[in-house]
Amino acid sequence: MKKSNIKSKHIINHPLFLPLVCLLLVLIVNLIQTPSFFKITIQNGVLYGFIIDIINRSSGLIIMAVGMTLVVASSGGTDISVGAVSALAGAVCVAVLGTGESYRMPYIISLLLPLIAGMVCGAFNGFLVSYMRVQPMVATLILFTAGRGIAQLITGSFILYVKPVQFQYLGSFLPNVPIPTPCFVATFVILITWLTLKYTSLNMFIQSVGINPKASHLVGLNSKMITFFTYVFCSVCAAGAGLISVSRTASIDANNVGLNVELDAILAVAIGGNSLSGGKFSLFGSVIGAITIQALTTTLYAMHVSADQLPLYKAIVVIIIVALQSPEPKRWYYMIKSGISSGRSAREAN
Amino acid sequence: MKIGGEILTMHHISKSFLGVKALSNVDFTLRAGEIHALMGENGAGKSTLIKVLTGAEEFESGEIRIAGKPIINRSPQEAQLNGISTVYQEINLCPNLSVAENLFLGRQPQKHGAIDWKTMYKKAKEAFEALDINIDVTSTLDNYSLAIQQMVAIARAVDISSRVLILDEPTSSLDDSEVEKLFSIMRKLKECGLGIIFVTHFIEQVYKICDRITVLRNGELVGEYEVGNLPRVQLVARMMGKDFEGLAEIKRHEAGTEEDNAATVIEARGLGCTGKVKPFDLNVSKGDVIGISGLLGSGRSELARVIYGADKPDTGELKMNDKKLDIRAPLDAVRSGIAFLPENRKEEGVIGDLSVRENIVLALQARKGIFRLLGKKEQEEFTDRYMDILKIKASDREAPVKRLSGGNQQKVVLARWLLTNPDFLILDEPTRGIDIGTKNEIQRLIVNLAKEGKAVIFISSEIEEMLRTCNRMVVMRDSSKVGELSNNEITQENIMKAIAGGNAS
Repeated sequence: MKKSNIKSKHIINHPLFLPLVCLLLVLIVNLIQTPSFFKITIQNGVLYGFIIDIINRSSGLIIMAVGMTLVVASSGGTDISVGAVSALAGAVCVAVLGTGESYRMPYIISLLLPLIAGMVCGAFNGFLVSYMRVQPMVATLILFTAGRGIAQLITGSFILYVKPVQFQYLGSFLPNVPIPTPCFVATFVILITWLTLKYTSLNMFIQSVGINPKASHLVGLNSKMITFFTYVFCSVCAAGAGLISVSRTASIDANNVGLNVELDAILAVAIGGNSLSGGKFSLFGSVIGAITIQALTTTLYAMHVSADQLPLYKAIVVIIIVALQSPEPKRWYYMIKSGISSGRSAREAN
Repeated sequence: MKIGGEILTMHHISKSFLGVKALSNVDFTLRAGEIHALMGENGAGKSTLIKVLTGAEEFESGEIRIAGKPIINRSPQEAQLNGISTVYQEINLCPNLSVAENLFLGRQPQKHGAIDWKTMYKKAKEAFEALDINIDVTSTLDNYSLAIQQMVAIARAVDISSRVLILDEPTSSLDDSEVEKLFSIMRKLKECGLGIIFVTHFIEQVYKICDRITVLRNGELVGEYEVGNLPRVQLVARMMGKDFEGLAEIKRHEAGTEEDNAATVIEARGLGCTGKVKPFDLNVSKGDVIGISGLLGSGRSELARVIYGADKPDTGELKMNDKKLDIRAPLDAVRSGIAFLPENRKEEGVIGDLSVRENIVLALQARKGIFRLLGKKEQEEFTDRYMDILKIKASDREAPVKRLSGGNQQKVVLARWLLTNPDFLILDEPTRGIDIGTKNEIQRLIVNLAKEGKAVIFISSEIEEMLRTCNRMVVMRDSSKVGELSNNEITQENIMKAIAGGNAS
């Protein structure tokens, strides 16, 4: 009895407990509302179903959330330019390939150049935040607005289409592979990040800088460099997500690629149980957060909520999720529990 | 002056953190018009008792009564409404707000729904004048020294009308005259019938100002005593729970005999930093323990910081083991084998949310760089070794360091540096806010490190401490080095003279 108590307490206190519960709740609602929700079929040789759709669609957000997690952890601020940076990367990609019947340049360049563009954007953000000490939100606000402008400049304000079919592989399916390609990309990003954090001291350094930059500096850490790095990494992630997004539609619409996605990315970090004031973080929490957000969107579509009304319902659910994870409910839970176990506690007596 | 009836009683208070009992069945009684010292070693439960009383932490069982009426404080605000206000050991004010704003934060005088700045500044000025503190109340708090900031915190607590005033280590960053000033304020408040709880490590101060003493040990009540009935030795014995090994046992470390052939570790020539410390020369040899003495704000800490590179020097040069050192950031200093324990533990020392283990290995890891991560086993081994050597008390090595008591946090920072096996240690106020037993341990440690051939700079506000441990003493005045005393010259009198500006030869 007592042992199981300790064990359950251990699970409840695990940082990923609440994010997972939230995700499960969303999924359970689906099970009741849309019985076909969990059905996975094979159509045209690829997997098909709501669940596949969620994982597929959330891939881009997951990638961004991974980058955002490190930015939040190291600087206690958020990078609101990720949506614009992904549009910019998409524009660079399409500009490299051109709109002809065949690619203008080798495909690999259309991957590398946007990622380098992302790196430059990240270096700009990182420089402002860590070396010029501009507040993160203000610093990234510059590219938040200017990024899309640059993208428009590159595309000449047109919606450009890439014709070769192979271009869509990245955003949909590779031939003879039933699993969507974005899933592989997202898995790859998570894996690389996780391994880097696990086998270098970056994990400890980022947390340390996020918790107490002054003390970290005095202990010999290059606080500025570490914060700078996280911004570069975040923008590269954003660029990667942009590539997927462009490939999905085989086109670039600089006005709409990654629109408002920065808010979802920040939300994913928060839903993942991470403190937005920096310090301790959980990469997998953010991943779960990203999946939760996409699951929510897909759920609402499955329930025939129109795209225009979607934000309202989403907001309501998000409020519930965030409130659930705040410290107060946890306190209530313990108060109620101790109230049951010890009859009337001393506190209630007053 | 006469001590009145009981205004505050705490009965059978218990509280535990992560399964570790921090308080068990503690009683405490405060009477109107008395100054009551709360004493005990680090981790004895003083801070926890105060936090429970002020609502910063919830207690599990027991009862608190104010003037006979049972109360529950769920937050410090509620405690304030109940007449309990507190000045904590670590200053909890907003450095980027003005002094006046800090004084009236949350209860700003208002006019037509807006803050009445004129009245606020006027009232703030009056409040500080009443305490004989002359500062510009409109400039931001971070312009002022720690001492002044502490005084502002006290002024704030005093200004909030209260029945019970808690002073948690208020004197640890004040110099003697400031302490006197504080005491006169305390006496005044006592006359008005306030009950004051005074938490401190300075035994002298307790006997100077307090009426009663309550001693805690390991979260349990040892007893309540009238000051007159408890000799100092008895008090120390009760706090430590064993016969007191006198501090006097630590013999001043005499490097004098081998002074001539000891190798120079650090040599500073004209090193300085504009606005912080004027250019100075300094030689530190193997086995030296050098004390830096001077009034608060005389440039003691600044001198140390310039050597370490925490503040980048703009003139002069620094040599270590006869090689020129170019220190641009602390990391360069760490790599050359210098360790630096900063004055302000909470702001610059510990990384609060990280575990004891992470805090200890951090400096070594920083030195090794990002790619050569210390193995988990290795980290745990190091942590266990130093938790053992320095007797760090924590529920386990993965506990967040902020959960530890102040003295244990300081030991964690010390452990962090010892792990890097430095040749040269700069310890800025390593014993501040720490109980006598731990102070003793740290002083022993310093002497032992010197015996092993390390060079140490030891800065402390308590001259006695440095008298016991240092073989040379640098005296600072107005941001410049004004003298150096060695071995037999080091007496309290000579130091005072040098500080005061006599002929310090």
